[in-house]
Amino acid sequence: MPARENILARIRAANKAANVADVMDSSVADRLASPPISPLPKLEWDPEGQFKLRCHESASTLDEIAQIDELPRAVTRYLSKNTLPTKLVCWPEFIDLPWSAEGIQIESRGAIGDDKVGLTGSYCAIAETGTLVLLSGQESHATTSLLPETHIAVIRRSRIVKTMEDAWQLIRGEVVSLPRQVSFISGPSRTADIEMTLVYGAHGPFRVHVIILDQ
Amino acid sequence: MELTSHQFKSVSSAKLKDVKLQKALYKAKDGFVVPRAKVVAELDNFEEIRQAAADVRDHGLAHLDVYLEEWEKQAQAAGTIVHWAESYEELNALVVKIAQDNQVKKIIKSKSMVGEETGLNRYVEGHGIEVKETDLGEYIIQQAGEHPSHIIAPATHKSKDDVADLFAEKHQRPRLDDAEKLTHEAREILRPHFLDADMGITGANFMIAETGSTVILTNEGNGRMTTTMPRVHVAISSIEKCIPTLDDFALMMRLLPRSATGQVISNYVSMTTGPKRAKDNDGPGEFHVIILDVGRTRVLGSDLRDALRCIRCGACMNHCPVYQNVGGHAYGWVYPGPIGSVLTPAYNGIENAIDLPNAATLCNQCGVVCPVKIPLPDLMRKLREKQYERNLKSSAEKWSLRLWAYLALRPKLYSIVTRIMARVGKLLGGDSRRINHLLFGGKDWTRHRDLPAPRGRTFRDIYLNRNKTTNR
Repeated sequence: MPARENILARIRAANKAANVADVMDSSVADRLASPPISPLPKLEWDPEGQFKLRCHESASTLDEIAQIDELPRAVTRYLSKNTLPTKLVCWPEFIDLPWSAEGIQIESRGAIGDDKVGLTGSYCAIAETGTLVLLSGQESHATTSLLPETHIAVIRRSRIVKTMEDAWQLIRGEVVSLPRQVSFISGPSRTADIEMTLVYGAHGPFRVHVIILDQ
Repeated sequence: MELTSHQFKSVSSAKLKDVKLQKALYKAKDGFVVPRAKVVAELDNFEEIRQAAADVRDHGLAHLDVYLEEWEKQAQAAGTIVHWAESYEELNALVVKIAQDNQVKKIIKSKSMVGEETGLNRYVEGHGIEVKETDLGEYIIQQAGEHPSHIIAPATHKSKDDVADLFAEKHQRPRLDDAEKLTHEAREILRPHFLDADMGITGANFMIAETGSTVILTNEGNGRMTTTMPRVHVAISSIEKCIPTLDDFALMMRLLPRSATGQVISNYVSMTTGPKRAKDNDGPGEFHVIILDVGRTRVLGSDLRDALRCIRCGACMNHCPVYQNVGGHAYGWVYPGPIGSVLTPAYNGIENAIDLPNAATLCNQCGVVCPVKIPLPDLMRKLREKQYERNLKSSAEKWSLRLWAYLALRPKLYSIVTRIMARVGKLLGGDSRRINHLLFGGKDWTRHRDLPAPRGRTFRDIYLNRNKTTNR
C-alpha cells in the first residue's frame, strides 16, 4: 500500500518541518486510554426539564407514562389525536404488550418502504440538546426510526443524561464495542435548502413523538 | 472540480449585477447570522470552549500520523475496509472499483465536499453508474448541472422560483409554488432510489481515532438513509478530519451545528463503526472508507497549517462582507468565502488563485466567528506576502509599493511630495470634494466609488501646527 505509507511519511515530515509544540499536556496514549473531558458550559438545569424544553424546540412532541403497560394506550392517544394509521412496526421489546385491546396492529420487524409508524426504544437521551441516542443491533432495527413518516420513541426517565460526554461514559461502561451505528436523533427530519424556509419531513420522519417512561 | 478562481474579478462583477442572486444572498445572510448569534450566546463560556476545540485540533494534527494509525486499527477491527488515496484520480478510481466489484448500478450520495474536490459524480457516471445526490440542496444543483455555492447550503444561490421551474422540467410534473411542496416532491422522487440503490456514498465530518468511527451530520436524514439502506457504503474523507476521542467529538458538536446553522445540534448525527454485524437485520454488508491526502500534508508543513483545523461549518463565509455580495461561485472552486480564499491557493497553488487572498477587507469577522479560531485574515496576509515574494503581483502594484517604500524611507522628500499631492488632490476634488477618476492603478479603485479628496493640508502639517498652538 504505497499511498498509505507515503501519506504517513509526509505527515511525519510536515510535522517535523513545522516544528510546532503540542499544546496538550497529555500524550496520545493517555488521551486514548482515558479521554479527558473538555470545558463544559454551565449546566444549571434539571436534566428532565431541559430535555423536554429541547424536545419542544426541535419540534418533537412529548408524553409521559408510569408503567410500560400504559404504552399501547399512550400510542393510541397520540395516533388518534393526529389521525394517523394504527398499523405499526416496533422493536421486539414492545411486541408482547396488550396492543389488540387498543385496536392496534403491530409487527416486530425492521421497517420497509410502506410502513407509516415506527415504535422504538432508546439507549439513552441527552438533556443538553434534547437528543435520543439509538444503538443499532439485532433487537434495535435502524430502519424503524428512519423510514416511517411517524417515529414514536420510548425513553426511560432514568436514562436521561446531561451531556453527550455522559452518554459516552454510559456506553463505555455498558457496551463492549460500538455497534454499527450510533444515531443521535433530535426531532423530525427537516431542511431549509429552498430559500431558508424550514420544511419538516425532508427524507426521514415528519413527526417524532417521545414517550417518557417512569421505570 | 475544475478551478476557475483566476476569473474571480469578472465573475464577481457579474454576480454583483445579478438581481436574483443578490436577493438570495440577502435572505441567506440573516438566516445564518442571527440564529448563530442566539445559540452561541447560550454558552456562557463560548470562548473557553472555542479555545479547547482549537487546542484539540492542534493536538490531533501534531500527532496526526499516530491518530490515523489508531483510527485504522480500530476501524479494521470492526470490519471496515480502509483505503488511502494520494490523488483525486486515485480516489475516484477506488470508488469505481468498489462499485464494479459489487455489481453496483445505482449509487445514492449524501453530500461530500471531498467528492466535489475530486469531481466524483462525473467520473462515476462516466463509468456507466448512476449517482443520485440526496441532500435537497445538492439534488437541486445536480438537476441544474451546477456546483455548490456554499459548503452547507449548496443551493443557496437559487430562488424558490428557480427550483419550481427546474423541478417542473426535470420531474415532468405540474409546477409547484411553495418550498414545502417542492421539498415533499423531492422526497417522493428520491425515496424509491434510497430503497433500491446498491451503494451509498457519504463524506465524513469527523473520523474518531478511539473507535475507528466516521460521523456525518444531516438535518434531512439522507445521511442515515445512505449509510443504512444500500448493501455497500463508501465514506470518503481526508486526513485532517481525524480527531482523537469520543469526548473530543462531543466538544466539536457543541460548536459545529451552532456555528453552521444556529442549531444546538443537527437533527441526525450518525456515527458508523464497521459494516452490519452478523445478527443485525439492517445496514450495509460492506463498509469502505477512503482517506484522501491532496494538498493537506503540504499545508501541514507550512505556515498555513492553522487552516487544517477547519471543521467546515461555513460561519466564515456567512459573516464575510465579500461573500455576502458575490456569493460562492465567484471563488471558482469547492470552498468559497474566507476559508476558500486560503484553501484554494493552498491546495491548488497560489499562482492559480491570485485574487482570492486579496478579495478580503481583513475585517476579521471570519476570525471572530471561527469555532476553531483559525486566524483567517493572518493567513490571507501570509498568502499576499508569498505572492509578492514569488513575484506574482501585478507590475502596477509592485511599482506603486516600490515607489511608496522609496518615499517612506526619505522623510523630507515624503513631506514635500505629500504636500504637493494634498494640494493637487484638493484642486481635483473641486466643490464636491470627491475625486471620481483616478489614473493608472487607481482606475479600478474609482470605477465603483469616489475617493474623498484631501483638504489641502497633510496630517503632518496639521499636527505640527496643533503642537505649536498648544505649546504657546
